[in-house]
Amino acid sequence: MKALRTRAGLSVRFDPRALAVVGLLCAAVLAASVVLIGTGDFEIPAADVIRTLLGSGAPAHQFIVNDLRLPRVLVGLLVGAALGLSGAIFQTISRNPLGSPDIIGFGQGSAVGALTVIVLFQGGAAAVAFGAIVGGVLTGAVIYALAWRQGVHGYRLVLVGIGAAAVLTAVNGYLLTKAQLVDAARAMVWLTGSLDGRDWAHVWPLLALCAVLVPLVLSRARALRMLEMGDDVAYALGVPVERTRLVLMTAAVLLAASATAAAGPVSFVALTAPQLARRLTRSPGPGLLPAALMGGLLLITADLAAQRLFGTDTLPVGVLTGLLGGVYLLWLLVTERKAGRI
Amino acid sequence: MKTPQKQERTAVNGQNRLIADEVTLGYDQRIIAERLSVEIPDNSFTVIVGPNACGKSTLLRALSRMLKPSHGRVLLDGQTIHSIPAKKVARTLGLLPQTSIAPDGITVGDLVARGRYPHQGLLRQWSPDDERVVDESMAATGVAELADRYVDELSGGQRQRVWIAMALAQQTPLLLLDEPTTFLDIQHQIDVLDLCAELHEEQGRTLVAVLHDLNHAARYATHLIALRDGEVVAQGPPSEIVTAELVERVFGLPCQVIDDPETGTPLVVPAARRARVAAARVD
Repeated sequence: MKALRTRAGLSVRFDPRALAVVGLLCAAVLAASVVLIGTGDFEIPAADVIRTLLGSGAPAHQFIVNDLRLPRVLVGLLVGAALGLSGAIFQTISRNPLGSPDIIGFGQGSAVGALTVIVLFQGGAAAVAFGAIVGGVLTGAVIYALAWRQGVHGYRLVLVGIGAAAVLTAVNGYLLTKAQLVDAARAMVWLTGSLDGRDWAHVWPLLALCAVLVPLVLSRARALRMLEMGDDVAYALGVPVERTRLVLMTAAVLLAASATAAAGPVSFVALTAPQLARRLTRSPGPGLLPAALMGGLLLITADLAAQRLFGTDTLPVGVLTGLLGGVYLLWLLVTERKAGRI
Repeated sequence: MKTPQKQERTAVNGQNRLIADEVTLGYDQRIIAERLSVEIPDNSFTVIVGPNACGKSTLLRALSRMLKPSHGRVLLDGQTIHSIPAKKVARTLGLLPQTSIAPDGITVGDLVARGRYPHQGLLRQWSPDDERVVDESMAATGVAELADRYVDELSGGQRQRVWIAMALAQQTPLLLLDEPTTFLDIQHQIDVLDLCAELHEEQGRTLVAVLHDLNHAARYATHLIALRDGEVVAQGPPSEIVTAELVERVFGLPCQVIDDPETGTPLVVPAARRARVAAARVD
């Protein structure tokens, strides 16, 4: 740990390694974004992409880059960052690497909301997004209420969440069987999670929500770090434990729900990003910023791979994150079992 | 054992910084203590003793504002503790809880540094003061040379010293300790209690500890509070209140109280099994 101080008595404490990781992740995100923007039916060299982004590209490039591909990449980055952040918060609050929103029911809750709109009301894209947010938030409230008993505790949150996830998955299955063929096809596409056809109309609401929630969450980062040591220690250090937890959980539920509303339930990013970031920074405690950057990087890299690796058949990004995340989950379960934590 | 009149006078006179005033404590529907009043004398090393489930840890939780009384109030410097902002309380009153979790892969230095939290803000995260206090706290608890070691690698005794160092770094004039010696072997128990006595004598802090071992309590406390069924049975300096009669009343254990050959404080020697069985027959 190093400290930076000014004469006015302000001081900031940081871990040089974590700072380096944040820098590297930023660079990787930028590089992956440029490559992803250049990728597609009409390939554009990286130099041209950068020139166009800076405002001096060829007119043909401008349309493809600024109107078609940039918003898609931005949605991917925001969704990934929101999921990474949400995962870091939930994993810290539940003190369990499995306590992430896609495992403990929030993704499934959003899916119930979205499928209800698709199947029962044949609603448009905006209505589906709204349904996903309502579903996620309601699920959050129900899980919080069920897990609450003189405060919310880690294991109970994870167990209640896994139970809720199972029930909600069953509801989704039921909704699919009730659906018309056209609606069912639409629902299945939504359920895999995809960035196809995302434009500026998807970017703005997501950006606005992140602009409010991310600073709110980061301002509570130090209190969250105290919560890691147990409620009693956090209380003793002057953290209003239950209020802090409620604010952070609400923010994390909203982040996960709006990410799901924008791109569908892209699985496993929330589970893996915080853990990967933590292994890179090697710092104790949740690195919220590294987790968010890692989430963004994971999502657009997966999208890139989904477009590049399988020739002409481009896959929805959710298929690839599901595949990678599933492998990671298996590895996690094995190591956690060896360590005797589950 | 002093007379009840003396207890009345020392109960609540509002002179001290930390007071429980007629508090009723419990969890859900179960009441542990009713209208309990306790005053912690300033600059004392107060130890709370009593049999299991007598409410001693519950009382400590109430004094550290982790449990809100359903009746009555806990006063810190004359103010109801629950109405004071959390961070402000944390600058006056520290607590070493029974359960604490060291985050994976944290070093001793970083853990102790977290004790500075109530003194910090978003833009004042690490002042020269913070650094000095953390160094002093580690020196006072003898963990300075462990600063770069991982907390997971330490022995139980070392780890307890590290948590105490963290509580010290909080720089609170009042420090509450909930069974600080549990799970430690005998030399580490004495080690931790010596450390507490040192903090009390040399740094002038007011300490309140819950202890299981009556003899440790009698040796180290300057003020002893004996609880039974949520009521104060006796309180005062151990040499004045610890008698065979009190131990029998509080713990239901026939015993002799002799002078500790090392310190002259009361030493409780439980009666031999045969004597206890014989006494039970006579009853």
